[in-house]
Amino acid sequence: MKRAVFRNRWLPYALVAPQVAITLVFFFWPALDSLRLSLYRSSPFGDRLIYVGLANFEKLFADPAYLRSGVTTFVFSFCVTFVGMAIALLLATLANAKIRGLGIYRTLLLWPYGIAPAIAGIIWLFIFHPSYGILPYLLSFVTTYQFNWFLKGWVAMVLITAAAIWKQFGYNLAFYLAGLQGVPESVLEAASVDGAGPVRRFFSMTFPLLSPVTFFLLTLNMTFAFFETFGLVHSVTQGGPGDATAILVYKAWKDGFEGLQIGLSAAQSVVLMAVVIALTAFQFRYAERKVVY
Amino acid sequence: MPASAGAGAGALDARTAAVGVPRAAPAARRPDWNGRLAHLILLVAVSVLAFPLYYAFVISTQTLDQVSSLPPRLWPSTAMLQNYAAAWSRSGMARLLLNSAIVSIGIAAGKIAISLLSAFAIVYFNFRGRQVVFWMIFVTLMLPVPVRIVSTYQVISVLGWVDTYWGLTVPLMASATGTFLFRQFFQTIPDSLAEAAQLDGAGPMRFLWSFLLPLSRANLAALFVILFVYGWNEYLWPLMITNTPDMRTAVIGIEALVPRSGSQLPEWNVIMAAAMMVLLPPVLVIVAMQRWFVKGLVETEK
Repeated sequence: MKRAVFRNRWLPYALVAPQVAITLVFFFWPALDSLRLSLYRSSPFGDRLIYVGLANFEKLFADPAYLRSGVTTFVFSFCVTFVGMAIALLLATLANAKIRGLGIYRTLLLWPYGIAPAIAGIIWLFIFHPSYGILPYLLSFVTTYQFNWFLKGWVAMVLITAAAIWKQFGYNLAFYLAGLQGVPESVLEAASVDGAGPVRRFFSMTFPLLSPVTFFLLTLNMTFAFFETFGLVHSVTQGGPGDATAILVYKAWKDGFEGLQIGLSAAQSVVLMAVVIALTAFQFRYAERKVVY
Repeated sequence: MPASAGAGAGALDARTAAVGVPRAAPAARRPDWNGRLAHLILLVAVSVLAFPLYYAFVISTQTLDQVSSLPPRLWPSTAMLQNYAAAWSRSGMARLLLNSAIVSIGIAAGKIAISLLSAFAIVYFNFRGRQVVFWMIFVTLMLPVPVRIVSTYQVISVLGWVDTYWGLTVPLMASATGTFLFRQFFQTIPDSLAEAAQLDGAGPMRFLWSFLLPLSRANLAALFVILFVYGWNEYLWPLMITNTPDMRTAVIGIEALVPRSGSQLPEWNVIMAAAMMVLLPPVLVIVAMQRWFVKGLVETEK
């Protein structure tokens, strides 16, 4: 705490007022309203709300489509976060040497971060396009399988995962490279003299020393995969084919805005909120304990 | 007999290679080899990352016949100008880019101003409710837009902000990240500075303006880059609260060029031209302000 403080009766309140006002109106009010609405459902004509208790939640968790959406979200986030980061870490470890021109590489790695997920999606949509895309064209030399993401759910999933990883990959790699430059060479050499092979050296020395970077990237990628990929799903697959790519956020939006099932959408918001709170809590606990700084 | 010794060594080489026993590289050449491998890996990574963008650019320069012919052509063609002109006029690109600029600069500037003020109050004043305010801001970290979709929309419609610049910017201006960043930074500034300023007769606002603000330049720049990119690329929010083409932001607006029905053939060359125009501003900001971008990324995530 600061000891040298200014004294003023009203000024501090005036200073925090804008943020407090916006927080109350756009964060607390909607959050509480979501909690309230999750206990109601719209009447058949949509003109009034009927109190239904926890029925929306019961309906959600009994709905196979919602559970599928949960699994889809998990698989998608897992692939984007872990696969994307693992490849980046592997490449960074292999490329860990004193290299000239690291700054130039950094620029060439970081720019995709600026591309909106929706735009990344449109570019990858064309790369995967069943009739003109370059990827199905190249694959047609190898196999006769039709990689048509309009029809096959798993291809659509690969498409949005590829677009998401593409956008994230460069800065994952850039941060791992920077992190590795910070690992003292003498430490690795000492381990090498002790007879530790490259794999052991990686898991016993490099990886623990990189844990702050990993943790930082994990948070960033997870938030991205969970929430910011809405634009990607909306602009490319619209959740389809069927509901193969309907991630939780997309489903909450769709049920609320297209299905006009206010209560059901609010209940989904509440579930998402619980997930975010759990993740944040986990983040803080885990960050304190396991990360070597 | 140097020749036969050489042949013997060669045979040994071939044998070990065939058996697959790894041979230790000579110590002197090792660093060089590592460096080359590193360059090779990075060059491949950088090229693979660049390819989709290059491909999109190439498509944006081709005629529709070229786009839809196989094998795909991987070099630029001659239709660039007409594609970009078509994308510009058909999507109302001027208005879209203007909207995106207003929204992203508005969000960045507003967020910086609001969080700077509240962080200043929290660090430099002792007032009743300080802890409450701090925790209130902190909790917003857990409430991103998607978790309160329908309700936030209702708040906006109660305020009459649907389809306005207010609605597009103000609700996204408050979040904990900026406040935390500035709070963290202010706490590293020695107390003696505030004491000295007070002795000189500077009031709190004077101190903020003439002392803290110049010291915070690096943080301001870092935050600005991140928030500009965030605002430009925001998707769910503008999709929800705009319903006329005039208020659409660029990222949402170019979707109008992608037909949803199967019967209509999308003009991929025009779509890619539009995509190039929309993605350029945030990418340029990142490349130009790279140093601040990295700093901002690390600090806003804390």
